[in-house]
Amino acid sequence: ESNFEKNSQLIQGTSVMEAPLLLPGVKHVILVLSGKGGVGKSTMATQLALSLVEDGRKVGVLDVDLCGPSVPHLLGVEGSKIHQCDEGWVPVFVDPAQRLAVMSTSFLLDRSEEAIVWRGPKKNAMIKQFLTDVVWGELDYLIIDTPPGTSDEHISVVESLRGLKPEGAVLVTTPQGVSLDDVRREVTFCRKARIPVLGMVENMSGYVCPHCSECTNLFSSGGGEALAKETSVPFLGRVPLDTRLTQSVEGGKRPVSTRSSPALLSIQRVMKELLDRIEGEGSASNSVEERTESGTLDAS
Amino acid sequence: MLPNIVPGLKARMRVKLRHVRGAQTRQFVKVVFPGALILVSTKILEFVTLTISSFAAIEEIRKRMSSVKHKILVLSGKGGVGKSTFTAHLAHGFASDETRQVAVLDIDICGPSIPKVMGLEGEQIHQSGSGWSPVYVEDNLAVMSVGFLLSSPEDAVIWRGPKKNGLIKQFLRDVDWGEVDFLLVDTPPGTSDEHISIVQYLSGSGVDGAVVITTPQEVALMDVRKEISFCRKVNLPVLGVVENMSGFVCPKCKTESLIFPPTTGGAEKMAQDMAVPFLGKLPLDPRIGKCCDEGKSFLSEVPDSPAAKAYSEIIHRLLQKCEESK
Repeated sequence: ESNFEKNSQLIQGTSVMEAPLLLPGVKHVILVLSGKGGVGKSTMATQLALSLVEDGRKVGVLDVDLCGPSVPHLLGVEGSKIHQCDEGWVPVFVDPAQRLAVMSTSFLLDRSEEAIVWRGPKKNAMIKQFLTDVVWGELDYLIIDTPPGTSDEHISVVESLRGLKPEGAVLVTTPQGVSLDDVRREVTFCRKARIPVLGMVENMSGYVCPHCSECTNLFSSGGGEALAKETSVPFLGRVPLDTRLTQSVEGGKRPVSTRSSPALLSIQRVMKELLDRIEGEGSASNSVEERTESGTLDAS
Repeated sequence: MLPNIVPGLKARMRVKLRHVRGAQTRQFVKVVFPGALILVSTKILEFVTLTISSFAAIEEIRKRMSSVKHKILVLSGKGGVGKSTFTAHLAHGFASDETRQVAVLDIDICGPSIPKVMGLEGEQIHQSGSGWSPVYVEDNLAVMSVGFLLSSPEDAVIWRGPKKNGLIKQFLRDVDWGEVDFLLVDTPPGTSDEHISIVQYLSGSGVDGAVVITTPQEVALMDVRKEISFCRKVNLPVLGVVENMSGFVCPKCKTESLIFPPTTGGAEKMAQDMAVPFLGKLPLDPRIGKCCDEGKSFLSEVPDSPAAKAYSEIIHRLLQKCEESK
């Protein structure tokens, strides 16, 4: 064991919070991790959440990237405010039917340029509050979007969730070496934290020029699949860089149909893989079908 | 200190207690008050010790940094925008003049990319009488990173904030940089422990300022605006904003695509809105990523590319800014 292994600050053992009191109505908790920043964790977390909602599930997204909260923007609910009820904080709902709930520090800011300049202890306290004081209600899936790294936020989430036995973690990487190095460390984190790795997704895997259809590997290629093999974790699939998806989420708009977005199609396949692993084969209610435009999260 | 205060206080408390009504109340006060006093005194002592040790560290760091002329922090609120890539290439650019001494400090403790990007994977740090010796890329280019302390690529640094701060303090206080013209500090994304600490520890030593890196899309700019607010909050001058991955020219048809679309005007507009200088745009060239993975300098490998030219212009602007201010 190297010095760093011995010095890891992950406390092994039982949860600091009693399991029955924590997230009582939530069936499955999935963490979206990466060691590396900017690989598409938040995009993946939000798109997976949307795909699960379309598949008929009730989903919550908890954004524990306290300093750089992107989830509200990607779901088009930036600027919403949190309300209190008798039982605690009410999450922000993306759709009128309340099938997709979100919680993020972004909702606590008066202005979006305001910086959250907090040291570890304050971040840890906020994360505990997000897990105990938010009235998530009955959820099929709670997806937790994390910042890059293996520090306070990750340690706090894992220690708080220990008694609850989260389903596991989805690791997101881009194909290039610099990203793989950090994600390799994240796999170590998952092993130490005894969080099962549900699988690895290789994002930004190739860019197809919209003018001539030439595919360029902007951030190399194949690295994610190779790393999954090297670290013996399942490989969930490759998602290409797709300006149509990037453009539509930029404005926080509802996603386009899969007919015109290869990235969206790949993400739906990833979701299907995850559902097969978590709930059993064939549990996705639609086979990977095309999503329709703008009718996705309506009351029907 | 504490034992000398207590007898005097005890006497005064005995006098005050006689005036407190009710035997039970007096009993309660007799038990609770001394306990509370000791607790408060311990906490005050802890706070004072911490403050003194922080000041002591800041002073030690000021002494160590007195041989460093210019200090630049490379920040972004957002991850994956190219901070480490930019820091490494800025370092190579500055060090291309052999008379200039350049140093790179990587304080991304959980995700140290600098060793790979600068071709120093597997290197180890050595200790000498004058402190830790950094690892040299060239005679005039030195590097320090937690990456050099890890024994294997799977080693994860799973540390909370205070421990990370301790290592940052050590890096600043114990590394023997020698005479340095430019110290570039690569940071992780965010506005947390590492950022607060680096600004605090360098508060006695004077920092030229921060270069803030972003990509053009709004999801990145949102985080970068927060980073600029952070800089304002801690009185850290913003030397300028760089827009990375600004456009991609297809190698086949040579048409430019905006992969990370500047739907809200990109970094140039953001810089204008936030009243900070705009240093320039860097296009997305897949060869940059490849060079980083191989630990090579893109500026030396593909010097005639548009990206290399854009880099050189930005490096030149930064050099001018630093030299004008001192």
